[in-house]
Amino acid sequence: MSGNGKSMNLTLHVWRQKNASDKGRFVTYQAKSVSPDMSFLEMLDVVNEELTQKGEEPIAFDHDCREGICGTCSLVVNGKAHGPRTRTTACQLHMRTFRQGDTLVIEPWRAKAFPVIKDLIVDRTALDLIIQAGGFVSVSTGSASDGNAILVPKDDAELAMDAAACIGCGACVAACPNASAMLFTGAKVSQMALLPQGQPERYLRVRRMVAAMDDAGFGNCTNHGECEAACPKGIKLDVIARMNRDYLKASLMGVEESKGGGGAG
Amino acid sequence: MELKANVPSGPIAQKWSKHRFDMKLVNPANKRKYSVIVVGSGLAGGAAAASMAELGYNVKCFCYQDSPRRAHSIAAQGGINASKNYQNDGDSVWRLFYDTVKGGDYRSREANVHRLAELSVNIIDQCVAQGVPFAREYGGTLANRSFGGALVSRTFYARGQTGQQLLLGAYQALMRQVGAGQVKMLSRHEMLEPILIDGRARGIVARDMVTGKLETHLADAVVLATGGYGNVFYLATYAKGCNGTAIWRAYKKGAAFANPCYTQIHPTCIPVHGEYQSKLTLMSESLRNDGRIWVPKKAGDNRPPHQIPEDERDYYLERKYPTYGNLAPRDISSRAAKQVCDEGRGVGPGGLGVYLDFADSIQRLGAAKIGEKYGNLFEMYERITDEDPYKVPMRIFPASHYTMGGLWVDYNLMSTIPGLLVGGEANFSDHGANRLGASALMQGLADGYFILPYTVGNYLASTKLDKVDESHPEARAAVAAVEERMRRLLSMKGQRTVTSFHRELGKIMWEHCGMGRNKAGLEQALQKIPALREEFWRNLNVPGSASDLNQSLEMAGRVADFLDLGELMCLDALEREESCGGHFREEYQTAEGEAVRDDERFCHVAAWEYAGEGKTPIRNVEPLVFEDVHLQTRSYK
Repeated sequence: MSGNGKSMNLTLHVWRQKNASDKGRFVTYQAKSVSPDMSFLEMLDVVNEELTQKGEEPIAFDHDCREGICGTCSLVVNGKAHGPRTRTTACQLHMRTFRQGDTLVIEPWRAKAFPVIKDLIVDRTALDLIIQAGGFVSVSTGSASDGNAILVPKDDAELAMDAAACIGCGACVAACPNASAMLFTGAKVSQMALLPQGQPERYLRVRRMVAAMDDAGFGNCTNHGECEAACPKGIKLDVIARMNRDYLKASLMGVEESKGGGGAG
Repeated sequence: MELKANVPSGPIAQKWSKHRFDMKLVNPANKRKYSVIVVGSGLAGGAAAASMAELGYNVKCFCYQDSPRRAHSIAAQGGINASKNYQNDGDSVWRLFYDTVKGGDYRSREANVHRLAELSVNIIDQCVAQGVPFAREYGGTLANRSFGGALVSRTFYARGQTGQQLLLGAYQALMRQVGAGQVKMLSRHEMLEPILIDGRARGIVARDMVTGKLETHLADAVVLATGGYGNVFYLATYAKGCNGTAIWRAYKKGAAFANPCYTQIHPTCIPVHGEYQSKLTLMSESLRNDGRIWVPKKAGDNRPPHQIPEDERDYYLERKYPTYGNLAPRDISSRAAKQVCDEGRGVGPGGLGVYLDFADSIQRLGAAKIGEKYGNLFEMYERITDEDPYKVPMRIFPASHYTMGGLWVDYNLMSTIPGLLVGGEANFSDHGANRLGASALMQGLADGYFILPYTVGNYLASTKLDKVDESHPEARAAVAAVEERMRRLLSMKGQRTVTSFHRELGKIMWEHCGMGRNKAGLEQALQKIPALREEFWRNLNVPGSASDLNQSLEMAGRVADFLDLGELMCLDALEREESCGGHFREEYQTAEGEAVRDDERFCHVAAWEYAGEGKTPIRNVEPLVFEDVHLQTRSYK
């Protein structure tokens, strides 16, 4: 829309992998006449249309809303999760970020907990497992009191919302040298810990979610901060600090599974 | 086909309470003996699956995405309505009911809308209890803002991400039940056919999208909550994967399809900017709380916006609808935008855009305050357009956003197939011919949390169901039909891609069945679509195989169904010789361009019944009776 950019030609090195058991390799494609106003995924669409026309299988990649909120898209572009622009998902990355003649290396998320399904598509079920372990308030439908019966200080609500903005894309994991999911898990733990609704299960929740995170094969946090830099929603490292404090407190308090009182039931 | 709405007797405000008492209950100990399939994991599906699991039913929930948290409810931005009257500004259940019936241009079922307004208050309570971080006032109470078509402030919100936060609330409730073993979640699974046994819905055929395997899933009841079909226009604010296949397959098995021509074209979306474009992005209606919509008074005025003096600007919504101003309802705002662009006063490339200007509000409240309210939306706009809305006005244009039509359901949300219930945008819903802002989230959650858990139970308690298994001939026939369809799609090896067909269909639909419709255009579309479909089934090229992850094959199946569904939309639009809500027939308008309804002939729901391949479907009618909100010409002046 800026209307100042001319179309460009790019060289793409794209990860192609038939299925989970295939070894996978990079394949080179030329993307021609790319408009700067295209989104990154629209550029891939055009490449895929050409491949299809030629009778070849198009590049499989995950995407859905294409407006940066569903968290489905998951591309590493030139070594950066979601590409070079900060606070931007791959679907919101536009080609005006690149220049004529650029070479782009496009890979899937790389993490032990995210096995590749095909080409650029990975399996992120492990993130759902962390939420299943305790990323909720145990309140069944119908048992709520009046909305305004629970007062939440505005600042707390804002901080909780900052943490709740996580879209569960997994870029934090992909960016971390240890493939740790601490930013993702910390965001949900923090949202609930900051709100009165989250207090009854606060310490049990953090214990359970951290255990699930470890079980799913995510690595440990060694304070690189790459997760924060890659997060398209600007989730801050503070959420990890808050989770660590709560986890420590839960350990000191000796919060046990048995004291949960059927939280998940 | 008989359309029995099953609306309970008695005064409107007591119907739902009375019905809740009259409905049969399943003994708590027996609930675990029943199984329910829920297709879709958005607000309606996710909430229904979680709530029914909490009650003790065995639930299987399906979604095509890699996680239920990605359902497109997540993209709803602005807010959710509830008649709490926390603002002390005169709101009530009755007012929300009234606004919604009027907003829908008197084409919805009164009893359903009243129930929706009643339940709106419970929804907010439930979501707050789940930890949804709604916006708050300094005293800690819930904050509100205004939305179109209402003169009270009843919209609850979480910045510009209300849909995301409500969906995550439902998702977390669902995950809790998955963890407890009460819900089996099947992600990356697409429903391709319902299974009917003895005339009742008893299961689905789903494709595992990773392995390509076709699976038979059986249950005692099936709930479809698969969203709307607005991607029939190709360019839309929907997610790329949103599709009409589940409801279309149900239609072909006997579920009536109601009011397919009622589609919502949302007034404030980022304009189209290129041939390669794959989707359109909404800019929330909430922006109209602080943004003013205008175009130059003079046609062809190409000066940049800041060089156009105040007295040469036309704030056309404020001028035409002084009472509601920039918060006029969506159908009216979209039409007004089209009108000024048709007059040659549109702005931006191709003249297909109008300004949404925040300069006054930024001056009044400061950029920081505006950023707090809409920061993420401004950022999204900047990412896409490379323009900073804090400095230059946004350019916006209407786009396909929601479908009010959908599978016909009775008061219990039961389709014309017993045992097949439909929730959320997938049903023909409570919005009549036009949906007001902030009421899709409300309806999805009302259906999911508070209606389906009761009405599914009522069905199970009052129906004797035989045990069935996968070897039943009907189950096998359903699998065979899916296999055959996929074989055909893969075997043509023609010259054109799925996307090229979808794009062409979208253009036909936008031109002839979009914001303005007329007889000649619709008749043309009804020639063009069958011709395109004929080519599709001859000249399509789908690479790859069925026994693998194959995104082209997934899309081909969806586009095949859109080609049929689009035709039904045009047929419905042609038959409805009146203008109402989002359905604007150019032949039926006042001298000022306002819609002219025909209550004598069309105060009814049109529910289409499939009549077989190549046959014209049958148009059945459910008369609409307005006892509590009297029929009148809708005015927002």
